[in-house]
Amino acid sequence: MINPIMVYNNRIDQVGCSERVNRIFSRSIKTESKIWALYKILSMIDLTTLEGSDSPGKVKQLCYKASHLHDQYPKLPQVAAICVYPSMVSIAHKSLKSTNIKTASVATGFPSGMTNCKAKLDEVRYVIDEGAEEVDMVISRGHFLSGELNYVSDEIAQVKTACGKVKLKVILETGELNTLDNVRMASDLAMESGADFIKTSTGKISESATPTVVLTMLEAIRDYYNKTGKKIGMKPAGGISKSKLAIQYLVMVKETLGNDWLTPNLFRFGASSLANDVLMQIIKQNKGNYQSSNYFSLD
Amino acid sequence: MNTSLDIKKTYKLYIDGKFSRTESGRYIQWVDSKNNQTINFCHASRKDFRNAVQASRNAFNNWNNFSGYNRGQILYRIAEMLDSRKEQFISELILQGKSKKKSIQEVKQSIDRLVYYAGWSDKFQQIFSRVNPVSTPYYNFSSPEPTGVVSVIAPKNSYLLGFISVIVPAVVGGNTVVVLASEDNPLCAISFSEVLHSSDVPNGVINILSGYCNELAGHFSSHMDVNAVINCSSDLKDSELIRKNSSLNVKRVFDYESIDWTHVDSQDPYLIMDCQEVKTTWHPIGY
Repeated sequence: MINPIMVYNNRIDQVGCSERVNRIFSRSIKTESKIWALYKILSMIDLTTLEGSDSPGKVKQLCYKASHLHDQYPKLPQVAAICVYPSMVSIAHKSLKSTNIKTASVATGFPSGMTNCKAKLDEVRYVIDEGAEEVDMVISRGHFLSGELNYVSDEIAQVKTACGKVKLKVILETGELNTLDNVRMASDLAMESGADFIKTSTGKISESATPTVVLTMLEAIRDYYNKTGKKIGMKPAGGISKSKLAIQYLVMVKETLGNDWLTPNLFRFGASSLANDVLMQIIKQNKGNYQSSNYFSLD
Repeated sequence: MNTSLDIKKTYKLYIDGKFSRTESGRYIQWVDSKNNQTINFCHASRKDFRNAVQASRNAFNNWNNFSGYNRGQILYRIAEMLDSRKEQFISELILQGKSKKKSIQEVKQSIDRLVYYAGWSDKFQQIFSRVNPVSTPYYNFSSPEPTGVVSVIAPKNSYLLGFISVIVPAVVGGNTVVVLASEDNPLCAISFSEVLHSSDVPNGVINILSGYCNELAGHFSSHMDVNAVINCSSDLKDSELIRKNSSLNVKRVFDYESIDWTHVDSQDPYLIMDCQEVKTTWHPIGY
């Protein structure tokens, strides 16, 4: 059970929020910091493939890409994790055995979460059995929007229990929550209920991670840390395909939460095409000329 | 009392179908040779060029998939739009120091040139395709396909006719272009972007920058997403740099510096073929 008063009393000033985003996004970034950030971003990526058409071959290919981002270029970091559908977890887990890259799986009826609680818990146990080291769950937006906060909270808590020590990322699907107040409320609720990470979106609806939503969630994490001393992670996902935007998000994290959060343990990007853009930028910084995606592997 | 204000025009770049200012905030002052009026042109930077290449790359597949006939219709539309604004271009050429007679002649030739290449749009592919005789049971045929994104350094001395004559052969063949206007006299090229804007040319197919050749030649030739460079600069240093940089991803390099664009021989289907790659297909007989 959660205390609704605790959850309801954080209102977001929408205008102030977007003003702050504008200010953060207009920071100038010096070349040295930019290169540092680009390497950091690579190590924070959850390389993702969540298509109905995914095949074992495609997942293997993606796992290979994760540990060999661009072999022509030495000393590149590896990505943080591979994120796949439950049926692909064992394949990904096997392919990543010899690396430090984590296997993450979406679960709980991803992407809509429109199934019963038992089925969700079964799915979570299944992906952990298959070898998932991180679980990305979705909240029941329908229940949340109709005010059944206890239902949502209990569900997250039960999934966390099923996860045990496995890292739990809670997807709020902010594109369906309508207001920043709701985003804040859902973030608070997820953290109180046991989330290790809060994540913006599934990437399956048109509106995904927006800067104001990310800032709202980061501030929720900051307030939760000040209150409890617990560090909750953040994962913006969906629509982040350019390095410039990713760097701007790092600035936002640094200015909201501080340097402690600039690590893959507490900050991730859910993305599929971001890695190649970052690689192109890194090589551009080193060689001096603009790069073409023709010379980088697709997956 | 005359209460209307003078409207001073802002001349901008043309990138991805939008009239944008240079991201660098720099300007080039240019004084017209007739009234001694000062005009500011954008002084494009490497980032403007990068944005333009990105726009060209995004536009390429769509433009390449247009039928030749359709590309021809659009080129013809450009000719129509230029024709309807020819007074403006004549007076601009005069501002840039040409005589009235020569200016009228140049605009007329520019329109003719567009129509000439519009005519080639659905013909060059058939004429330059062939069936090759082979001794095995295969049909073997070759046909031209566009090279990709082409960066162009337009002629310094032929502000409108030369400008059109270098970009249109590449565009009619399905390529997309980023072009640097004459650095001494970019006025006509920048106005031409308004003609393009009203001609159904998809965004990003033709991108026009104004700036300095010796600043941009290196980027025009070293960008890995550019597939060919057409160079009309007479500066040997620029040409050498372009050839050297182009080896990075084996860009095709063409020097059009010595072509006299007023001469009728300068319109030539072989200029279309410069930015085409020949694809050969083997197809088994009986299937």
